[in-house]
Amino acid sequence: MIKVPPHSLIAMSAVLCLLVIASLVTWVKRVRSPERDYQELKLRIQSWWWMVAVLFLMLSLSDLTAIVFFGFLSFLALKEFLSIVPSRQTDRNVMFWLYLSIPIQYYWVAVGWYGVFIIFIPVYVFLFIPMRMVLIGDTQGFIRAAGSMHWAVMLTVFSLSHIPYLLTLPTINSNAGGIGLVIYLLFMTQFNDVCQFVWGKSIGKHKLIPKVSPNKTWEGLIGGVSTVTLCSALVAPLLTPLSMLQGLVAGGLIGISGFFGDVVLSSVKRDLQIKDSGHLIPGHGGILDRLDSLIYTAPLFFHYLYYLYY
Amino acid sequence: MNRLLKVLFFALLVKPLVLLGLGLNTRQRNLLPQSGPAIIAANHNSHLDTLVLMSLYPLHQIHRVRPVAAADYFLSSRFLAWFSLKVIGIIPLERKHVRELDKLFNQSVSALEHGDILVLFPEGTRGQPEQLAPLKKGIYHLAKRLDSVPITPVIMRGLGMALPRGEALFIPYNCDVIIGKALSEYRDADGLLAQLSERFTELETHCLTKSSFEEHRS
Repeated sequence: MIKVPPHSLIAMSAVLCLLVIASLVTWVKRVRSPERDYQELKLRIQSWWWMVAVLFLMLSLSDLTAIVFFGFLSFLALKEFLSIVPSRQTDRNVMFWLYLSIPIQYYWVAVGWYGVFIIFIPVYVFLFIPMRMVLIGDTQGFIRAAGSMHWAVMLTVFSLSHIPYLLTLPTINSNAGGIGLVIYLLFMTQFNDVCQFVWGKSIGKHKLIPKVSPNKTWEGLIGGVSTVTLCSALVAPLLTPLSMLQGLVAGGLIGISGFFGDVVLSSVKRDLQIKDSGHLIPGHGGILDRLDSLIYTAPLFFHYLYYLYY
Repeated sequence: MNRLLKVLFFALLVKPLVLLGLGLNTRQRNLLPQSGPAIIAANHNSHLDTLVLMSLYPLHQIHRVRPVAAADYFLSSRFLAWFSLKVIGIIPLERKHVRELDKLFNQSVSALEHGDILVLFPEGTRGQPEQLAPLKKGIYHLAKRLDSVPITPVIMRGLGMALPRGEALFIPYNCDVIIGKALSEYRDADGLLAQLSERFTELETHCLTKSSFEEHRS
């Protein structure tokens, strides 16, 4: 039967409340000024409902369903990344093995074999990719192809698989369980995106990295990071084993690294001269457009927690 | 019976495969012809092209979409012939008989008159992976028989990576499907082909997938 620890249940309800508020606000805006186009905003929030609903369902069913679900997200992200990055026809066989690395990596997650989980992609897949490429024998563009393919699995499989590993770690805060850690990480990361956007939009003046992302401002970054740091400190004792002070550091870590995840993927898209990485999620773009910050926050939050408690 | 087979094949196999294994970035889907007679002219890189185009249609309309395909290839073995004719519902084209133009398109013309939507690949063959080959004039000779049927250009990109010619290994890959405005005013074959290739080139600029390093550098 479905068993969600009490604090995680509270967190889930709080997220749903926020979504209800967001939907209401959009509705009021549309009624008040019908002449303006809120289609994009409406789509965005509708998609949020779907994403949150599927995520919460998968998390509540069992740890295994949640791990399989994150494995599937890795698959979608890897597929999207391989499709937008230039590649050669001869790389197809290597890509097949990259897809195969997803169930293997998530198997280490499911059985909790930390030692292999942490080196499988950075060491074994890293060495295997050029081995397979050599056997195919296309040397023109070799470095570039090997580099982008290993980068693809590092970002979309290795980094993201840190999220479900939080479920496999032994429970310390029994009121929240592993689900609490996952919700904490996911919520703070997405909340950070929203906060940086809102702060930047309302008081943003000084451009931060105009060449990569012209909308990013110092005000947005500082405002967003401080809001998230504060919230993370307050929520940490509820959902994680972290104390309030440790939560403060976790929040700063998530805020700053989330920003970098966002702009690193922006640079990739800028290099390829595309705006979104796909059209999978209405109002959001591709799946990488949604997971970009998590690629950075997930491993950093995981290892911070791992260093302190495991 | 055949229609049931077709609906089942698309509902149980093609649509899930296209959704999960491929993943489409479809642009301007509303420009897809909703009723016949109409011709869809697409670029051709993979056997998946036809299936992807057909999967854009709802199940109750799929039997209306008929790919025009080479008889010498698709009718070459008994099983393939059964599958192509009964399950997919292709209109076989005898590529050898190009001399007798009237005879060549008889089946296609009657399908169009019946209100079907024809899928045509004006390149004539799948050719080199992810490269557009010169267009052939057949499409004009067919279209003129029916007093300027609207021809909707479609560019697909990525399927030549997912399953290129001569490969048996399928790999998941996101694919672009960019649909353009229908052409309905054309006087002669050269004019139509010029319009079509111009549309194709324009549609290609909307693609997200990069198929080669060279394209990325330029």
